[in-house]
Amino acid sequence: MFIEIKNLDIFYGQKKAVKNINLKVKKGLVTAMIGPSGCGKSTLLRSLNRMNDFIPGARVEGEVNFLGKNIYGKNIDPVELRSKIGMVFQKPNPFPKSIYNNIIWGPKINGYEGDFDELVEEALKGAALWDEVKDRLHESAFALSGGQQQRLCIARAVAMKPEVILMDEPCSALDPKSTLRVEKLINDLKGKFSVIIVTHNMQQAARVSDETCFMYEGELIEHDKTETIFTKPAHKKTEDYITGRFG
Amino acid sequence: MAVTLLTTVTVIAMLAKESFVFFSEVSIVDFLMGTEWHPLLVPQSFGVLPLVFGTMTIVIGSVLIALPCGLMVAVYLSEYTSAKGRKFLKPSLEILAGIPTIVYGYFALTFITPIIKSIYPDAEVFNGLSGSIVVAVMILPMISSLCDDAFRSVPSHLKQGAFAVGANTFEVVSQILIPASKTRIGAAVILAVSRAIGETMAVTLAAGATPKMGLQFLESIQTMTAYIVQVSLGDTPQGGIEYQSSFAVGALLFLMTLVMNLIGHQLVFKKGKYDS
Repeated sequence: MFIEIKNLDIFYGQKKAVKNINLKVKKGLVTAMIGPSGCGKSTLLRSLNRMNDFIPGARVEGEVNFLGKNIYGKNIDPVELRSKIGMVFQKPNPFPKSIYNNIIWGPKINGYEGDFDELVEEALKGAALWDEVKDRLHESAFALSGGQQQRLCIARAVAMKPEVILMDEPCSALDPKSTLRVEKLINDLKGKFSVIIVTHNMQQAARVSDETCFMYEGELIEHDKTETIFTKPAHKKTEDYITGRFG
Repeated sequence: MAVTLLTTVTVIAMLAKESFVFFSEVSIVDFLMGTEWHPLLVPQSFGVLPLVFGTMTIVIGSVLIALPCGLMVAVYLSEYTSAKGRKFLKPSLEILAGIPTIVYGYFALTFITPIIKSIYPDAEVFNGLSGSIVVAVMILPMISSLCDDAFRSVPSHLKQGAFAVGANTFEVVSQILIPASKTRIGAAVILAVSRAIGETMAVTLAAGATPKMGLQFLESIQTMTAYIVQVSLGDTPQGGIEYQSSFAVGALLFLMTLVMNLIGHQLVFKKGKYDS
């Protein structure tokens, strides 16, 4: 199994934010996580590449097995793990560097030995940004629009050639047009990478994902094919949420 | 407020008045360009450059020592220690800033200088290095505190983005955090330089009273401030040209620190995002 979560609990201090999650994620698919605000979907996502390590008071119990190894086990280097499981954040967060250096920074510090120019072109093409920025690769990344910055952050993740790209509400700071471009991009990434995307936008989940998880108050209520979740969900809670009765 | 303003105006007026008398006897060009400073020997010479070099020795030496140390302290405070450790460490560092400068002077003379002499037996008792080291200790809290503030103002999502491409803490600090804070680190250095220029008692005690051209770390030097102390101690009759020369030096000192402070504050309070 690609990613297998077993009996996972996540605490912030005394508060249990994620409760007893058991979930299997398949390779090469786009998996969406939906649910109302505060249901723990972002917390669960961030536990998959140990970004919760940076939150004081956060504590994890249970297992997250990635390619057969528990990432919370001994002898796991979170730095190395993150080079295989990349992440795109809610707000575009390019580094205060040029477009070119934004892409190559991660591969460079991780000892990439190939040709950097090729890598930059490949990553930017992969993120559907190449045509817009190919003539100004050495300008500051801050000169780009918000939507372009977010695609640059996706390119930055792609350049690491990770197994998985985690996306934490990647479109929440973007306008509808940029959102559509990013969604199209997620579709293009499918097959090459496994994508796990957290979104508060149900239509977005329906448009981009193959499988969908519905979470509510820290629990995983339902996990199935996206089509099934949106047409004949097995649980009443899921149905109430996707039909807009709450959330 | 009114009292502060009045004091400032009075100080400037006094500096201007006495300097004016001085410059009616010694030309400004001779003062600023001259390479000989011996106001108490005949024939007198009032070239301020040796004093400026004395001050520069202290400034350059102390910043070269305090900047790397201060940065390391700031990185430790903002990135490595827990909230608890920080709560204890930051105030203890700031205590350093409250120690009387004369105590620092004795500390330099009786503790730092013997160590320097054991490493460089040729070093004089009063030397620029000892003064630089002790001034470095004095400006360290300011540099580390301002840099710590700078690092903590770098948005956490930027740091997390760096961690998310498989960077370790050292790489994030050296290649993301420090470059993103470079304006504010620059401001911290400038404010520290201005403090080092104005530092008086410790350098008077540690660095000596021998005006010299060039940057001399192992020999006795004299800074601008140390010269003013020498005059104020009563070696010179009031009203004489030697007496007025201290006001001219004081005016120059005032201008130097003023410019540094203006630039420094401009940078510290510069609005907007982290640097690009």
